Amino acid sequence: MNKLNFLSPDKNNLYAYLYSGISLFSLSILIVFLNSFFSLDLTSFLPGTISYFLPLIIGFIGLHLIRIEYSGIKFLDIINKNINTNNFNAVLSILIIFAVIKSLPPLLSWFIIDANFAGDSKDACSGSGACWAYIKTWFNRFMYGMYPNAEQWRINLSFIALAFLGGVGFFATEKFKKYLTLYYVVVYPIIAFLFIFFFISGGPIFFDFSYGIIAAVISIVIGFFIPSKFKMYYFLIIPITIYILLKYVFFYEELIELGKIQAFEWVETGAWGGLSLTFIVSFFCLIFCFPVGLFLSLGRRSDLPIIKYISIGFIEFWRGVPLITVLFMSSVMFPMFLPEDMFIDKLVRVIIAISLFEAAYVAEVIRGGLQALPRGQYDAAKSLGMGYWKMHIFVILPQALKLVIPGIANTFLALVKDTPLIFVVGLLEIVGMLNLAKTNPEWLGFAMEGYVFASIVFFIICYAMSKYSYNLEQKYKTER
Amino acid sequence: MNFKKILPQLLTLVVVILVFGFFSYNAQVNMENRGITFGYGFLTQESSFDVQFSLIEYDGSHSYFRAYLVGLLNTILVSVIGIIFATIIGVVVGIARLSSNYLIERTAAIYVEFFRNIPLLLQIFFWYFAALRALPLPEKAEPMFGVFFLTIKGFFIPAFIWNNLDIFIYSVIAAIIAIFFVRAYSKKKQENQGTQTPVLLISIGLLIILPLLSFLLGGVDASIEIPVIEQLSKTSFTYKGGLKLPPELISLALALSLYTATFIAECVRAGVQGVSKGQKEAAASIGLTPNQVLKLVVMPQALRIIIPPTTNQYLNLTKNSSLAAAIAYPDLVLVFAGTALMQTGRAIEIVSITMLTYLTLSITISIFMNWYNKKIAIKEK
Repeated sequence: MNKLNFLSPDKNNLYAYLYSGISLFSLSILIVFLNSFFSLDLTSFLPGTISYFLPLIIGFIGLHLIRIEYSGIKFLDIINKNINTNNFNAVLSILIIFAVIKSLPPLLSWFIIDANFAGDSKDACSGSGACWAYIKTWFNRFMYGMYPNAEQWRINLSFIALAFLGGVGFFATEKFKKYLTLYYVVVYPIIAFLFIFFFISGGPIFFDFSYGIIAAVISIVIGFFIPSKFKMYYFLIIPITIYILLKYVFFYEELIELGKIQAFEWVETGAWGGLSLTFIVSFFCLIFCFPVGLFLSLGRRSDLPIIKYISIGFIEFWRGVPLITVLFMSSVMFPMFLPEDMFIDKLVRVIIAISLFEAAYVAEVIRGGLQALPRGQYDAAKSLGMGYWKMHIFVILPQALKLVIPGIANTFLALVKDTPLIFVVGLLEIVGMLNLAKTNPEWLGFAMEGYVFASIVFFIICYAMSKYSYNLEQKYKTER
Repeated sequence: MNFKKILPQLLTLVVVILVFGFFSYNAQVNMENRGITFGYGFLTQESSFDVQFSLIEYDGSHSYFRAYLVGLLNTILVSVIGIIFATIIGVVVGIARLSSNYLIERTAAIYVEFFRNIPLLLQIFFWYFAALRALPLPEKAEPMFGVFFLTIKGFFIPAFIWNNLDIFIYSVIAAIIAIFFVRAYSKKKQENQGTQTPVLLISIGLLIILPLLSFLLGGVDASIEIPVIEQLSKTSFTYKGGLKLPPELISLALALSLYTATFIAECVRAGVQGVSKGQKEAAASIGLTPNQVLKLVVMPQALRIIIPPTTNQYLNLTKNSSLAAAIAYPDLVLVFAGTALMQTGRAIEIVSITMLTYLTLSITISIFMNWYNKKIAIKEK
């Protein structure tokens, strides 16, 4: 047997070091484990401070002893390489392992073992753990806000239908793929709006907007047959003409009265709330802020000075102020800017405010992508005789947008995380509902459960979104 | 100039002018109907409301402008605290993300993923309504190190009582200026002669010696006042003396720094990873020690990548501090755009002042950042 030098373990006495090291390390973990799970103190015979630090010291020595380079044992090498490269790392690793073992029992007992799952009143929650009965009782409110219970199927139905319609893109065949952008940018938002308006809100079948939508649909259909040379002027003039024709010539007042049939009970937006409101707000803001941001970014890079400076001013203004002041503006200042008889629903105001706010961020992200493209792309497109719009739609934007997928995903994530702020105008989505439930005299003292629940919900949504954007990024990554 | 270029510009201009004209016309009509005139004269009127927590002397008899200052200072206070802690946590976590130790890297990654995927408002509520409410009452609080008291009513810490504080502050400023010159000198010396000066040691020395001199020669004098428990009524206790940090401030600063730190950590990680491996190898091959490699080659290049997005995060933190309104920390939004607006009803004036304040702040910083970016950008020949 070679001489053992415990200060520098080497390969010659591999097993002596290995066994002593592993046993010391296991001992230290055992001490902490027993202490935290069964509150057994193996080292109580030692004075306080020493017994407190003993597991750390033993574990450290154990890790030091098994730190043998090129031991030839695969498992040992992996451990050494990953958590045990030097003394400093060893101490940190041990501390982390201990912290995990120490924090598991209280967490487990709060979340599961001592928690109350059954029951529907505060009295059911007597244990020291979490009161999940509280979440269970309030679950409906957290999801749908003050929306009448009997009508909640309307929200479910709309969401399922919209999710299905949104998923259509995945099943599209090659033949229809080229219309997908049109579908998602124009048709889908209109369908979504109609769903929300008719189903969730229970609006009348005929309303001022109907003309606009009919006009838009007709003009788009006709638009397919117009030579591209006149398209710009066409889309400037025709929709407005059709709108005016529809409203003042073809449909008379009597017809409007006839059309004012309400299919469902009207639920005002103040009663909407909970997670479904989070989804509605983030969905519409997401749909609106992207095109606005796209145009702003193009405007900022435009050669036309007036458009350029207006875009810059617009972007810098929204980026410079906090969202909460924007919402304040939309709730207390904006009504001053409207004619007295004109009223815009507060949910609509909020959606417009958040969309404009986020559009400025989207614009800056897209500008980054536009700037990153080499000049050659612009020159090549121009040399093929493409005009401004053709060049951007077919050459520049597909490449630029591909580059900025992560940035846009981050902006959308920020948008979703910003939706709780709408409590400023009195709309209560899930966080707002939590605060309301917290102050209910029959359910006082369960703030923690509520916030933990909402955190988990948001974490799942945001984490899934960020993973999805990562996948998109990988999918569209092209070799350059 | 051809028609195709002028038409869209003209159209945009007309639309913008129309929209603004529409809005301002309506605003005028509405204000006339309500009998209010536009103007900032109300700023000098007596505010007659109280603010819970203020850095400057303030009560109801002061003007609305003073209330604005109180809010602004509170915003700046929480932002500065948040920025300091977010930077410390962010740098530590960002470096931990690069660690070769699997456990450390995972822990840091879990922290980042967790805290940045939860809305900031929810975190603020969590700390304020759930976590800090679990703290003990003042009479039951255990002292930390005998002088700090963390209670449900706030964090009580010892305060310094100064004599001739201004001289002390001047000495600190003098030390900072001196450090600035030492750094410039050492940089020049290194560029000319290639020799290193121990800048860090000299800086620390200066920071200690000059204020110390102010104690010995300038007549500066400081004593420490420790908070002492005091009974207000039969069941109500509080601490007297020392400084009190209200729970609103603590939870806001905590949430802001933990949230922003995740973004700063990612900036730091990206910055250090952005320095190509060849740079480190090249530096090592010309015989620099690992410390020198880090200090002279890696850090200057990494900082160039780290600083712009990090400043952006500082700006975000400052803007996010306006969420204070949700937990009644008296910041600019709550004091001015909340209470003052409710009292005066001057929505346009107050919201515009509040927005302009934030706008000025961010535009100043972004102009400074553009200048700084230009200065540190690699000058290509």
